[in-house]
Formats: sequence, C-alpha cells, structure tokens
Amino acid sequence: MNIRDSKAEALFKKINTVFLCIVAVLCVLPLVHVLALSFSSSRAAGAGIVTLWPKEFTLEAYNYAIGRSQFWRSMGISLSRILVGLPVNMVLTVLTAYPLYMYSRSFKARNFYAWFFFITILFNGGLVPTYMVVSMTGIRDTLWALILPTAVPVFNIILLLNFFRRLPKEISESAYMDGASHLRILFQIFIPLSKPALATLILFVFVFHWNSWFDGLIYMNSSENYPLQTYLQNIVVARDFEMYSSATAEELKALAEVSDRTTKAAQIFIAAFPILIIYPYLQKHFVKGIVVGSIKG
Amino acid sequence: MKALPSAKAKRNVPLHLMLLPAVILVLIYNYIPMLGVVMAFQRYIPGRGLFGSPFTGLDNFKYVFGLSGFTSAVRNTVFIAFIKMVTGIVVPVTFALLLNEVRAKKTKKIIQTMIYLPFFLSWVILAGILRDILSPSTGIVNKFLMLFTDESVYFLANAGIFPWVIIITHIWKEFGYATIIYLATLTTIDPALYEAAMIDGAGRLSQTWHVTIPGIAPIVILLSVLSLGQILNAGFDQVFNLYNFSVYSTGDILDTFIYRISLDNLQFAIGTAVGLFRSVVSFVFVVASYWLADKLTDYRVF
Repeated sequence: MNIRDSKAEALFKKINTVFLCIVAVLCVLPLVHVLALSFSSSRAAGAGIVTLWPKEFTLEAYNYAIGRSQFWRSMGISLSRILVGLPVNMVLTVLTAYPLYMYSRSFKARNFYAWFFFITILFNGGLVPTYMVVSMTGIRDTLWALILPTAVPVFNIILLLNFFRRLPKEISESAYMDGASHLRILFQIFIPLSKPALATLILFVFVFHWNSWFDGLIYMNSSENYPLQTYLQNIVVARDFEMYSSATAEELKALAEVSDRTTKAAQIFIAAFPILIIYPYLQKHFVKGIVVGSIKG
Repeated sequence: MKALPSAKAKRNVPLHLMLLPAVILVLIYNYIPMLGVVMAFQRYIPGRGLFGSPFTGLDNFKYVFGLSGFTSAVRNTVFIAFIKMVTGIVVPVTFALLLNEVRAKKTKKIIQTMIYLPFFLSWVILAGILRDILSPSTGIVNKFLMLFTDESVYFLANAGIFPWVIIITHIWKEFGYATIIYLATLTTIDPALYEAAMIDGAGRLSQTWHVTIPGIAPIVILLSVLSLGQILNAGFDQVFNLYNFSVYSTGDILDTFIYRISLDNLQFAIGTAVGLFRSVVSFVFVVASYWLADKLTDYRVF
C-alpha cells in the first residue's frame, strides 16, 4: 500500500514539475521571441524565420531606434520625471504617513485626515474633470503634469503608516517624553528604522513613473513632450490604430506584413530595459512590501 | 490639568504642517475634480465654463443610457472584469499549491522568477509584444497554429475571440504576482500541523486538504472580497492598447468608451456623465467589499 502510494506520489511530482516548467517557459517565450526579433535583420524578420534566437544577427534596429532625436527627448523626459517625481512622492509619503500613524487619542484630527486621504481611493471625479483641473492649474504640456496629479500616493502612505505602527513604541514614546519634536522623532528614529519599507516604496514609485504612459498621452499637447512609454505607445500601438480604423480586412493583413517589426521590437526592449535591470530587487521586495504592509494578522 | 490639552495641541501644530502639502495637492487634484462632476448635469459650453453653463437635469444620463455603445460597454466591462476576478483567484491558488509541492528549491525559484516577470512590464510594452506575436500573417502564434490548420486567426480583430485574449493575457501578466503572495502565506503555516497530520496517517492529498487549504483560506477570502470592488475595472491600459474598432461590440469597456467620448469626440459633459456613473457604481462596490472584508476577516485598511 505504502509503496504504491509513494510510487504514485513520485509520478505526480514529476508530472507536476514538468507541467509547471512548461507554464513558466510559456510565460517568457513571447519576450524571448521579440528580443530575438530585435537582434535579427529585417529581412529575416520579414521572412518569418526568427523563433527564439536572432537570425542574421545585427544591431541595425537598435541603431535606428537610438538614432531618432525624439527617442532621446522622450528618454530625457522619463528620466527627469523620475528624478523629480520620485523625491516628491517619497517626501510627501513620509511627511503624511507620520501624523497618520498616530492614534486619535494623541492627535485628535488624525481620523479626519485619514478619511480625507482615503476617500480619494473610493471615489474620483473621473477623466474629464481631472483633465480640466490639470488644464486650469496651467501645468499641461509641462513636466509637472506628470508629477503633481499623482504626487500623493495614498496607497503607499497606508503601507508606510502600517509599518510605522509595528515599530517598537518604547523608543518613540520615551523620545517624546524627553521633549523630542515630531520631526526629530520622524527623521532620527522612524526613518532609520524603516529603511526596508522605504526601499520597497522607492521601487514601487520607480516602476510607477517609468511605466506610466496615459498621463503623457492626455496632458502633453505635442508629442515632443511625451515620456518614453507614451512615445512607445504612439509607435507600437497608436499608429496601427489609426490605420485600422479605415482599413479593410485585406489591407489589414497587408499592413501587418510591413517589416518595421524589428525596430518596434528593439524599442520595446529599450523601454523594458530599466525594469529588467532592477528585476532581482523587484522580485525580492515587491511582495514583501505588500504582505507586510497591508495584511495584518 | 486644564493646561494640558492646549499644550498637546500646540505640540501637534507641526503635525498639521507636515500634512499641509499633501492636503493642498489632494484638494486640488482629487477634490476639485469631484466638484467638476456637476458638468454631468449641464449642457457644457466651453466658453461659459462650469459656472455659466446651463443645467439640464438628467438629460445627459438619458442620452447616455440610450446609446447602444454604452449598454454594450457596461456588459463587456462586467463580463471581462468578472472572469478576471474568478480566474484571478483560481489560477494563482492552484499554481501556488502545485508549486508548493516542488521540493527542489532551485527549480521552484526559477519558475517563480519566470512567471513573475511580466507583472512589472507596462501594458504598452506587453501590448507591443502581443501585437507582434498575435499578428495574423507574421505572428509566431499563427505560424505555430498553421502547422495544424490552414486558416490564420486574427486574435485582435475577431470579436468572438478578443475578450478571451484580454482575459488570458491578463492572467499572463498578473498570476505570477498573486501566486507569490499565496506562496509566501503557505510558508507561514506551522510545520507542526503537517507533522500532526502525518502522525494521524494523512497522505499528501489529505494534508493539502486539511492543513494547506485551511491555512491559506483567510487570505484567499480576503483577496477575493477585495477584488469585488473592481467589478467596473476591466483594465483600461490593457484594452486601450490592444483593441480596435472591429472588436468594439465585445471589447469596448466603460473606460475606453469614456475616453473616446471625452477626448476623441470632445463631448465633455457626456463623458463626465458616464464617468460619474462609473465612479458611483464602483464606489458602492468598493465600500461593500471593504465592509465585507472587515466583517469576514477583520481587515482594516488603516
């Protein structure tokens, strides 16, 4: 009985492992294929002979991509958006999480403020009113349109305040008794103790800013001011889209033959590159941040 | 004793100051747009602005509810979001349970690394990849299918297939992340429970049934309940970057509908009305989901 059981179990384990490996491979195959395309000649791509390894290896697609001045402009806008947006998000997160971490017995207005921020998760004015406010405040077509409307990341604030609440209370309480100011407690006690949580939040914000494309699309009047993801969206998606809307089925098929496939593939990978570089860190910290921060008990 | 509260209030002044910048920004970019929804009840005239435009009661809503595009957008949104919700629970839970049976640590780690990667890439990037591999003439998926049939499938222009492409590619992007959350929970189950079960003669299957599943049940319930709030969120980024006019009948969702009405047709008041409808219904579902989560699992957001 036992022997048969363990035999069946061993068989299950093998099948299980093979199945999981197949699924895992399927998950990355599309990426590998398009990466192979990006390093192939446009002739090979057009002939459809590229599968998972570059055919007629060449960097021509990458050369083409980085030879466009708009590419560099958009890259610059993406980088400056991170350079400015990340500190803005983080400073506001830290400054807001601290007062909200307190209990209402020591900070009476705490619950009022907490609801004030939380309501923005529950309800929003929608696309048009937000768009109009961005216009009215005069930041359309500037870098600030990509930063100010999302400057207060309420979800991250909640994660951080929950993290603060799990820090040992004795230190901050005794510091408070000794007359330390709130700012001092925040900067000299809380921040040093919260480095892992802050690292996670920095990764969140980095990925958020790097991947955002929609705000660029609607708030920038001229495509010159698009950040990289919006620029990519314009190349890979929108241009096809315009042609789709008037084409017949036959024309659509013909259109799909046109081989700017390799240059699109190259640009997709350039835009994915920073994420791939920090992927080991993302993998390590992302879930930890969520699990530790939001789910209690 | 009387002096104490005011001393405390004084010491709390910096707390208000710390909150001030965030309060101002949220007031401007979150609360003022909430007031802007009055446009939904106006015949908006750009030259006259929000205060000068005439009120028309519920006319915009009557108009919107009569549009066939609106009804189909609502239907598509609920359908796609609902299937995403169900698969968003079933697939990762199953995958996590299976992955938990893999004892070789390295294999387990490699599998996790591979399934988790698409989660971090934007829908612009993933849509770029999908548009290439799903192309009817040059896409590798059709190249593969042609080994078995002669007709290529136009995945992104076939209204019958399109919603399923959306659902499957959504699973592709998201299931790795959820799987890893469930795996992390599985590791918190007390090993003593498994030992006790083994002493009682429980086999692997019955250990899974009696120890593992009850162990992750609370978080599965919590995440399922919270996902209820997403019933009108069918995934704007994804659909917008994959759809086209030939799949509007099955693939157009509320958010893409709002986008086209507002920013392509520039019907601001109508777009605002549809947006308000979406916000109000979502609000009800999100609040209900938080309430349920609190009742069922004592979950509190803050």
